[in-house]
Amino acid sequence: MAEFEFTEDLDDLRAMVRKFCTEFSPEPVVRATMETGAGYDPELWRRLGTELGVLGLAVEEEFGGAGAGLVAQAVAVEEMGATLVCGPVLGTLALAIPLLSVAGDDVTRRAYLPDLVDGVRTATVAAPLSGGTFDAAAVTATAKAEGDGWKAGGDGWVVSGRLDFVPDGAGADLLLVAARTEHGVALFAVDAAADGVRREPLATLDLTRRQATVVLSGAPARLVAGEKQAPDALAHAARVGAVLLAAEQVGGGQAMLDRTVEHVTNRYQFGRPLGSFQAVKHRCADMLVAVEQARSAAYHGAWALQDGTDDPQLAASIAKAVASEAYSRVAAAAIQLHGGIGFTWEHPAHLYFKRATADSLTLGTVAQHVDLVAGIALDRG
Amino acid sequence: MSIDAEEVAALARDVVRSHPPREVPVPQLMGAWYDAGLTWLHFPIGLGGLDAPRTLQQAANRVLREAGGPEPRTVNPVGYGIIAGTVVRYAPRELAARWLRPLAAGEELWCQLFSEPGAGSDLAGLATRAVRDGDEWVVNGQKVWTSLAHLARWAVLIARTDPDVPKHKGLTYFVVDLRTPGVQIRPLRQLTGRAQFNEVFLDDVRIPDAHRLGDVGRGWQVSMSTLSDERLSLGDRVTARGTGPIGDALALWASRPQAHTPVARERLARLWLRAEAQRLTVERAKVGAAKGVFGPEAAIAKLVGSELSQHVYEFCVELLGPEGTLYESYDSDLGDDEGPTAYQRKFLRSRAATIEGGTSEILRNVLGERVLKLPPDTRTDKDVPWRDVPRS
Repeated sequence: MAEFEFTEDLDDLRAMVRKFCTEFSPEPVVRATMETGAGYDPELWRRLGTELGVLGLAVEEEFGGAGAGLVAQAVAVEEMGATLVCGPVLGTLALAIPLLSVAGDDVTRRAYLPDLVDGVRTATVAAPLSGGTFDAAAVTATAKAEGDGWKAGGDGWVVSGRLDFVPDGAGADLLLVAARTEHGVALFAVDAAADGVRREPLATLDLTRRQATVVLSGAPARLVAGEKQAPDALAHAARVGAVLLAAEQVGGGQAMLDRTVEHVTNRYQFGRPLGSFQAVKHRCADMLVAVEQARSAAYHGAWALQDGTDDPQLAASIAKAVASEAYSRVAAAAIQLHGGIGFTWEHPAHLYFKRATADSLTLGTVAQHVDLVAGIALDRG
Repeated sequence: MSIDAEEVAALARDVVRSHPPREVPVPQLMGAWYDAGLTWLHFPIGLGGLDAPRTLQQAANRVLREAGGPEPRTVNPVGYGIIAGTVVRYAPRELAARWLRPLAAGEELWCQLFSEPGAGSDLAGLATRAVRDGDEWVVNGQKVWTSLAHLARWAVLIARTDPDVPKHKGLTYFVVDLRTPGVQIRPLRQLTGRAQFNEVFLDDVRIPDAHRLGDVGRGWQVSMSTLSDERLSLGDRVTARGTGPIGDALALWASRPQAHTPVARERLARLWLRAEAQRLTVERAKVGAAKGVFGPEAAIAKLVGSELSQHVYEFCVELLGPEGTLYESYDSDLGDDEGPTAYQRKFLRSRAATIEGGTSEILRNVLGERVLKLPPDTRTDKDVPWRDVPRS
């Protein structure tokens, strides 16, 4: 499937996810859900996994997925972003599932992936990914082998440490933790319900996307990937996560553009529709340009990671940098062009603006991805 | 008749075999290319085409390119992409045959007599008059920003044939032989010092009625069809990462390590990202166009590409520092990319990018109104006879 070749299957998938999200996660549901303690509706998440089957589109079939590839997953995430579906999109869908798909072996994959893909359990990743890639030097959690330890490849480890800004961390059933061993950094699975796990939900700017501080004090852990494999697997997850967030940003940006166009078409001032004024029209045109550029960058990233057609870090950083800037600017313009209404709690523009802000600060800021791009495109030249 | 990409490529290979591009003069090669129906595959058989889907064009052009031949559009830059489609659609077959082969071969260049000193963005407000006189039209007026006029044999012209109706309704489209008495062409010097364009003065120029394309009063519709041809031709463009203006900036960056600072590096990386997002958008548009789906990407490409080129060359002259204050000569005929101060030349030339072929302001209107379907601006001249519209 050549790059940017949106097949009928992908169009059908998009239509299906859009219909589901519009029907079962409309704005009133999003608002009600974001005010709850958990911040998401486990039943809705389960339906996305089990009924629609859109949580493991890029996961191979033998582990419960659809084997449809990352582009298909990006399409689904884009549509979920358009309606701000509350759920562990970042922790489970964008990070834990891609990480488990490459980390560990078939045993761990079989143990964890099918439940995550079905949406009956959730997971998250606690690792320093905030710079836009995996930063092994920033790992502070430590792991200690008990008994015959990591040779067994099973339980028999304990992990300790304080893990900040863990996405969807308070609700996750499974924590995938990067921790330091005697030999480097390895990846561990920690059951969130186990002794030695304490979780403090954080008050977040974006109420539709939760975070927690996770404190592990000798929490029992199972080794998923050793020191040789874990750093690459985490870097891979950071890239897939960046691309999927970019797709989400496209969906949110398009939604804000559509809302704004509708508003300035129907709202009259000075006896004319607002959108007939060039000052307004031109800003809408700039929003369109931003969304279209973001779409190109995000889907290039998805195709590049799926088919191996570009430097993966470069493709991911292009996607995240371009889409972050676009979503932030489009959401800000949406508030501006709605005027006073856009600054009210009642209007949804702030929900998107806050998601845009959170997205742009997650898995690498624009500046950090610009720096990564410079390292690849300029410094090597 | 249905033909596939492989058959097209086979026809193309026959032409480059019998007319090796590296040995045969361009007009001969491109004449044979036309005769084989490969110039515009979607044109009728006998007029440079094969009645084939235009999506197959790339298969033919690739063979030509790989054999060392020219990109067909460069042979007749204005004629190939914009004018030929109008000619084939509106000219009687024998005239189309007369015009298209020399156009395709590059033996007769074409230009467009559209813009006027008083009609730039508001092209439909143009004032050049054409008055009917028996089987002929007599044309008077002034055109401007005509590229290639001094080299061209033919021009397409929009003129006002009825000043008593609203502006869009009183226009008619003609083909003018630039050797006709009364046509005077003067170079127009730009702020770069070069004269890439011309002013064309039309003084009692007589055009046979047979050279009218489309009905009297339908000139606007005819000219719109050429604009959509321009849009469709997007798919022929080759875009590689790091080429074009950003490629110039990368080359300059690599050659000036002493000018590297963290701030400049970040600025260049951000420009690189914008260029890349733009390039990917064109790539995405090409995939859509191959399936007959045309989105807003072509208008976006022009808008973003032109503004980006200005920002890139602003970066370049800043990187040059004091050297950026030099300019080799305002009297030379150097191309914009030639000479020791080529970056400064391109920097100055880039100011035109956001004006020519649709200003950025007009393009934002186009995106707003045609793509986003926003309500139109108030148009005070819309239902007023052209004669009564205020003019500067």
